[in-house]
Amino acid sequence: MASVVAEHDDHHDHHDHGPEKGLLRWIITTNHKDIGTLYLLFALVMFFVGGTMALIIRSELFEPGLQFVDPQFFNSMTTMHALVMVFGAVMPAFVGLANWMIPMMIGAPDMALPRMNNMSFWMLVAGVLLLAATLFMEGGAPAGGWTLYPPLVLQTGKALPFAIFSVHMLGVSSIMGAINVIATIFNMRAPGMTLMKMPLFVWTWLITAFLLIAIMPVFAGAVTMLLTDRFFDTSFFNAAGGGDPVLYQHIFWFFGHPEVYVMILPTFGVASTIIPVFARKPLFGYVSMVYATAAIAFLSFIVWAHHMFTVGLPIAGELYFMYATMLIAIPTGVKVFNWTATMWKGAMTFETPMLFSIAFVVLFTMGGFTGLMMSVAPVDFQYHDTYFIVAHFHYTLVPASVFILMASGYYWLPKWTGNMYNEKIGRLHFWLSAVSVNILFFPQHFLGLAGMPRRIPDYAIQFADWNMVSSIGAFMYGFSQLLFVWIVIDTIKGGVGKATDEVWEDASKHGLEWTVPSPAPYHTFTTPPEIIPTEHL
Amino acid sequence: MKKTKHLFVSMLLMGMGLETAQADYTLNLVQGSTQLSHELYDLHMLILWICVFIGIAVFGTMFYSIFHHRKSKGHQAAQFHENTTVEIIWTIIPTLILVAMAIPATKAVIDLDHVQDSDMSIKVTGKQWYWEYEYLDSGLRFESHLDEASEKAHRVSSIDPRSVPNYLLNVDKPLVIPVKKKIRFLFTAGDVIHSWWVPDLGWKKDANPGFVNDAWTSVDKPGVYRGQCTELCGRDHGFMPIVVIAMEQDQYDAWVKSEIEKQAKGPDLDKHTRSDLLSKGESVYLRNCVACHQIDGKGISGWYPALRGSDKVTGDTSQLMGFIQAGTSKMPAFKKLKADELATLVTYLRNSPDLGNSVGDETQACQALSLDDLDDLYPDIDNAPQLCKEFGEVKPEKVVSEKKD
Repeated sequence: MASVVAEHDDHHDHHDHGPEKGLLRWIITTNHKDIGTLYLLFALVMFFVGGTMALIIRSELFEPGLQFVDPQFFNSMTTMHALVMVFGAVMPAFVGLANWMIPMMIGAPDMALPRMNNMSFWMLVAGVLLLAATLFMEGGAPAGGWTLYPPLVLQTGKALPFAIFSVHMLGVSSIMGAINVIATIFNMRAPGMTLMKMPLFVWTWLITAFLLIAIMPVFAGAVTMLLTDRFFDTSFFNAAGGGDPVLYQHIFWFFGHPEVYVMILPTFGVASTIIPVFARKPLFGYVSMVYATAAIAFLSFIVWAHHMFTVGLPIAGELYFMYATMLIAIPTGVKVFNWTATMWKGAMTFETPMLFSIAFVVLFTMGGFTGLMMSVAPVDFQYHDTYFIVAHFHYTLVPASVFILMASGYYWLPKWTGNMYNEKIGRLHFWLSAVSVNILFFPQHFLGLAGMPRRIPDYAIQFADWNMVSSIGAFMYGFSQLLFVWIVIDTIKGGVGKATDEVWEDASKHGLEWTVPSPAPYHTFTTPPEIIPTEHL
Repeated sequence: MKKTKHLFVSMLLMGMGLETAQADYTLNLVQGSTQLSHELYDLHMLILWICVFIGIAVFGTMFYSIFHHRKSKGHQAAQFHENTTVEIIWTIIPTLILVAMAIPATKAVIDLDHVQDSDMSIKVTGKQWYWEYEYLDSGLRFESHLDEASEKAHRVSSIDPRSVPNYLLNVDKPLVIPVKKKIRFLFTAGDVIHSWWVPDLGWKKDANPGFVNDAWTSVDKPGVYRGQCTELCGRDHGFMPIVVIAMEQDQYDAWVKSEIEKQAKGPDLDKHTRSDLLSKGESVYLRNCVACHQIDGKGISGWYPALRGSDKVTGDTSQLMGFIQAGTSKMPAFKKLKADELATLVTYLRNSPDLGNSVGDETQACQALSLDDLDDLYPDIDNAPQLCKEFGEVKPEKVVSEKKD
């Protein structure tokens, strides 16, 4: 070890060393681009793992009757699908984007804490693998829903302590990632990059990072109480010992509601980054976008019990949480109006990233509408825990977060790989996804209103037709995503030719990342850039 | 294939705005049959139309822009941004819309909460995986399980669910309530959290173990209203429906009377034929045991032990009966089974080809009488008739000595 350090000292002048050779590069790397790539690839793999679970669910629901799986395994699938998608796919994908893009957007050479960066990635892998291992344990994987409500979750077999430990690891990993983002943004901005000059993606991630630091310890605390209730005879959530199962729900949703915003705020940031580039117009209201994001983040902490309207809240609680939840519509409306105003009188072109972004604005707004409907507590007494809510949150996650992740892929792949992706296949991927995602999720509104509860493996005959439509949509959507994998591999191999440094017309007016060569060199901005005025100023 | 064809035909018809032949699904919330459900339906429609209106305005603007402000049409990008007036307008208008929504919503919350001044109370207990109803006024109490036809259809792959009437939405013993009476429901649970939802009544309410929630209803017109458990409660969460029958007061009174008489009646101690015992035993099994031990008696590895070929099942009959009544650390005690139910169940367990057991014996109700049963049936033990003489297993003398302790 000493000799390595000595050797390093000898070569103190040479900072531009490249990556390690071979596989070891990916294990010991502290480079933000390598770690970003690892996160993104891991998330893509998990997207297909979670997607496979979703297809198992949709296969079972294709027809009434139990055809393929046991109800207990079905419950495990709904639980694991959610946990894998949230903690294994969407969150890591955004951390991957943060790793790649935040230093390049603020003119920093790397993340502030590169070794911790490596550790948080490998901890994520360990956490997700442990979670996946519970599938093979006696009694099966957790099957009480991703919310892990007691007392039901305490009936889990041997898997419970492993699942809880895995949640702890995922939490530690997320907190480390969030600290890194905050430290980087606060300390590593190039001179002249004031906070209000930062790209919106950086802003939304800064706010997301604070959310993560605030909520992950709460979740860790909640699952630790589950652990002690099960193994050490405490009674936090056991009425027989003076506890209250509903207490868990309050703690969980204090984590859970901001958690869903962790998955949507960076989405807003990317959409606000992509739409101006392809509309060839500055973002309509940069400042109001920043404040709207902050307002949504603040509100996310004070609305948690709208997930619990039917749990038996006092009337004052029902009214307060209803009013507070309705307020979210205002800053969210500001965002949607902003994106629309940005497109208005632009000179739009419709490359794949823009297509996905427009679909995001439209379909996320649909999810927002159903959200507004459910914020009204009395009617939520009908909607709650039906397929209506399943449709709602999938609209805010799949054609919103996932579509924007796809848009990010198409938008930045040329910068990452130096090659242009195949636009024709990209558009095909978009249209297949946009059509099938609606075949998949739109009928679920009808099912929920007609009375189909969520998380059931079998259903009454009057729900058969729309379930079949939904399942057909699910398979179409699932298989069309393979096109994305093909495009990523094809682009890495050379795509349809070399990408320019700017890639998109006048993109360098919109962000520092477009001022560096394509592919982005292993080390960028080792000397801080001179901040060029970006369009929103 | 036929189903797929049917589906596409119905989709095509729907696309043309025609009702399909098999129009048994609905697209919208039910209006229901209570004052609350009507109020909530109106509120739902109000918000839905507000959303549709906003959607048309926003998406209309966006799509106009997408079609006209494109580079391929030679549109030059304007460079405007930030306009305080516009931003204030699009903050104020949504706020006003929200206030307009909040007013009827607040009224509905208050109405939902108004459980006072009720005419009668029913306690609802959710259990894995059935509902238990208790009429607090009359003391009537019973369990409501998924009906046998659905129970079999979802467990045996050869039965087509489409052939079962009200598949998964039918129970063996529905909740009966009078119309036009304000009924207060009290909800609790015996194990995990459940949630009681009948869409026609307009609400659902969670049943939390160790706590009591309340809600109320007053049904306008007689009818059968169906619903389901809506809080994930374990493996058979999808198989614990709710059926509420609302009837006129006089019919309801007659129903209560006959139910109370039935409840007061002791076990049926008549001797039955073996096939009779087996078929009745199957009903008891489907209602009480199948959720864990499964339709083929094989249980679930790692969760529930198999009954097929189990020594405990095929061994000593009285030990088996004691086991069922006492329960184990994992299995609840089935003290609720009456002697005739216990006898038919034991006969079924030991001899059913469905479970793969064939001991070749039978157990009559009188053999299944516990000492407590005898005590209840014949408090004056000296006058007890000679029960099951030919089996000679029940010894009244022993009861007398028990009583003295």
